[in-house]
Amino acid sequence: MIHKYKLMGLDIVLDVYSGAVHIVDDIFYDLLDKIGESFDKDADYSGIIAELSQKYPESDVKGSFNELKKLVDDGQLYTDDFYAEIAAKWNKKSVVKALCLHIAHDCNLRCKYCFAGTGEYQGHRGMMSAEVGKAAIDFVIKNSGTRRNIEIDYFGGEPLMNFGVVKEITEYAKEQGEEHNKNFRFTLTTNGILLNDEVKAYVNENMSNIVLSLDGTKETNDRMRYRVDGSGTYDAIVPKFIDIAESRNQDNYYVRGTFTAENLHFADDVMHMADLGFLQTSVEPVVAPETESYALKEEHIDTVLAEYEKLAKLYIDRRREGKPFNFFHFMIDLDQGPCVVKRLSGCGAGHEYIAVTPEGDIYPCHQFVGNKDFKMGSVMTGEFDEEIKSTFEKSNIYTKPECSNCFAKFYCSGGCAANAYNFNKDINEPYKLACEFERKRVECAIAIEAIKAMEGLE
Amino acid sequence: MTHVKTLNKAVLKDSVKRGACGECQTSCQSACKTSCTVANQKCEQLKK
Repeated sequence: MIHKYKLMGLDIVLDVYSGAVHIVDDIFYDLLDKIGESFDKDADYSGIIAELSQKYPESDVKGSFNELKKLVDDGQLYTDDFYAEIAAKWNKKSVVKALCLHIAHDCNLRCKYCFAGTGEYQGHRGMMSAEVGKAAIDFVIKNSGTRRNIEIDYFGGEPLMNFGVVKEITEYAKEQGEEHNKNFRFTLTTNGILLNDEVKAYVNENMSNIVLSLDGTKETNDRMRYRVDGSGTYDAIVPKFIDIAESRNQDNYYVRGTFTAENLHFADDVMHMADLGFLQTSVEPVVAPETESYALKEEHIDTVLAEYEKLAKLYIDRRREGKPFNFFHFMIDLDQGPCVVKRLSGCGAGHEYIAVTPEGDIYPCHQFVGNKDFKMGSVMTGEFDEEIKSTFEKSNIYTKPECSNCFAKFYCSGGCAANAYNFNKDINEPYKLACEFERKRVECAIAIEAIKAMEGLE
Repeated sequence: MTHVKTLNKAVLKDSVKRGACGECQTSCQSACKTSCTVANQKCEQLKK
């Protein structure tokens, strides 16, 4: 299976099952057009060569064909799907290795698009106690088998509303990690209102990543992200975010925003983040029912795809100007990246990754919290629903019919299970809009890598 | 005259040989929280 497309002045060919990426000229591109979806080594292609020789010099057409055959022989073009076999024998025995700890089911903001019901998660407001947090650490140590690296994300609501407990859990995890040979890595996701020097010092000493919520320009941010009294947050948080990003040497953090139908021109917001000096950015499409005024719908697809292309061009321009920054979804490592098993199975929600509520209840991920059908157990009792775990464990790109003909499957691993469930009531039926967006992001990311390689850009 | 510039090797196929140690970061923990790009994740074995 191949995917070919033209973007940013390049003719690009992705060989889906090998992961090889080729930049080709128009002759080669047209040759692939004529050959189609599959290549048969024993077939007679002289008719195609003769036809194309009407348009291009025959020697070039024949030269292209010879190069094509060599790539096929080298396993870099028209390669077969040799992962279906791995998937058919899929018997993944996962261990839990990442926790999303809902430190606070409460928030000091009232963001319009909040999937967590402004912190309550369809439940009541509440704070995680140190006792529950420590039980969660014990749970992951017990359920992580021989896995050494364990991730803890302090999430909310707003986790800094309960920062004392964050510190208590962190210290406990470090201590227990030493005892049980586990390497804990911590992430904090915050809206920034309560960031101060004490928090900064602790986070910088202890946390491998911090996610800072900002949507972009003041207008975009304050339209969605406001306090209980309706006042916007931009002016209060931006100086703090700049300060903490600098204090981490502009690494191991993300400013992370959400775009909605109300700011479809989100490239402007990403560029605003870059103009503020942030080098690590991420802006994501909102996920909301179509009944919401700000929800992204099918009618927005063309605009959003064009916006990703616009952002990709601006992104490369900044690199050409010697002012590079990173955008999370344009960061694809064509030479290494994760192994194919990771690419088949995705985020690990419900089997490798779980969310824990302030009460200690376990859900497959933060997006499922509050949906009682997906309550998996409790870190307080140690109960863990193997049936739900197995449902998520079995899910991979080969259990999702929509993925079978998609070129991007090894880059998104089948998409978000929560989105799939929320829109289609089936974790194996991906959410269409997310797929459209992901395909364009992958196309842009590959084109960016190609230009970086060809022009020697950072 | 060459008509193709190949940017990378057959990374996916080669990665099968590395096995699946599972030590890598859970993708949702980084920044996306819904969009699920995994291709930018680092392999812990190759990081060493």
